[in-house]
Amino acid sequence: MIQTGTASLEPAMSNPVAPFLPVLILLLAALAMGGFIVWASGWLLPRLLKPRNPQAHKLTPYECGVPLFQQDARRRYNIQFYLVAVLFILFDVEAAFLLPWAVQFKSNLASFGVMLAFVATLLVGYVYVWGKGALEWER
Amino acid sequence: MAELNLDDAVVTTRLDAIINWGRKNSMWPLPFGTACCAIEFMSMMSSKYDFSRFGAEALRFSPRQSDLLLVLGTITNKQAPVLRQIYAQMAEPKWVISVGVCASSGGMYRTYATLQGIDRVVPVDVYVPGCPPRPETMIYGAMKLQEKITAEALKARKDHIQAFYDSMDRQRDLEAEQGLTAHQAVRSMVLEAGQTGAQRIW
Repeated sequence: MIQTGTASLEPAMSNPVAPFLPVLILLLAALAMGGFIVWASGWLLPRLLKPRNPQAHKLTPYECGVPLFQQDARRRYNIQFYLVAVLFILFDVEAAFLLPWAVQFKSNLASFGVMLAFVATLLVGYVYVWGKGALEWER
Repeated sequence: MAELNLDDAVVTTRLDAIINWGRKNSMWPLPFGTACCAIEFMSMMSSKYDFSRFGAEALRFSPRQSDLLLVLGTITNKQAPVLRQIYAQMAEPKWVISVGVCASSGGMYRTYATLQGIDRVVPVDVYVPGCPPRPETMIYGAMKLQEKITAEALKARKDHIQAFYDSMDRQRDLEAEQGLTAHQAVRSMVLEAGQTGAQRIW
């Protein structure tokens, strides 16, 4: 057996995790200290220092100084709004394609045919949408 | 006196002195701009006149985060309850600067529609004259407010604000009893205060 200077090394050699016990203690102390600082600065100190004067008028919801227009902002909307918005985007893209094409158009039969095919495709979609009744607001 | 032996190592002060020192150097302005004084106020905040030199660069457009109400412009009778509500919702302690003649006294608008001075409906600390006042004048007004904050007692400021809350309660009761809208209630309170000679409703 090799003689060591201190007796405390003896169990450390037997248990490989034991040297890390101070690290665990330090970690717990750091967590406790961190938790205390967060609690003290976020809850305790404001409670001791801040002026606290709850008043009925001060606690009313802020709406630019006027009474609330409606008590609850969470309302249900008609699904028709969604349908119209999606259809609008579809035909808006068509218009966005058509305009630069029309500006640059110089009696080119090939490009005319391509655009005609594009518009025809959308026309099929338009007829489908119309047939499904998506454009009718009242049902 | 023990502190005399310590020389400059220790600085002693009164609690209200150090609190007021902190308050006067960290004002959070809320602009209530209704007329051309608000245009001059933009100049006051921006680089040339630079109101942030006085610790008030944090301009907020919500009453929750501000403690200095700058009333910049004409306040009509319909706007009066709005001004009162905004002032009530501000964080305490709070101060009011009335900028320009319209806010201070109704100015040139001596009409049935205009409130003849906002001090009838909210407690005003400093009045800034001018139509509109130059940014220097507004800054002078803010410096006067700082002097006022330095000198005031903490309890006095608290009571001052409480008196306003009491008037808000009276307004609410009046609305409930007689079925009035907010501006009708404030108008009748202002007219009554004018007849009794009190001139102010808070």
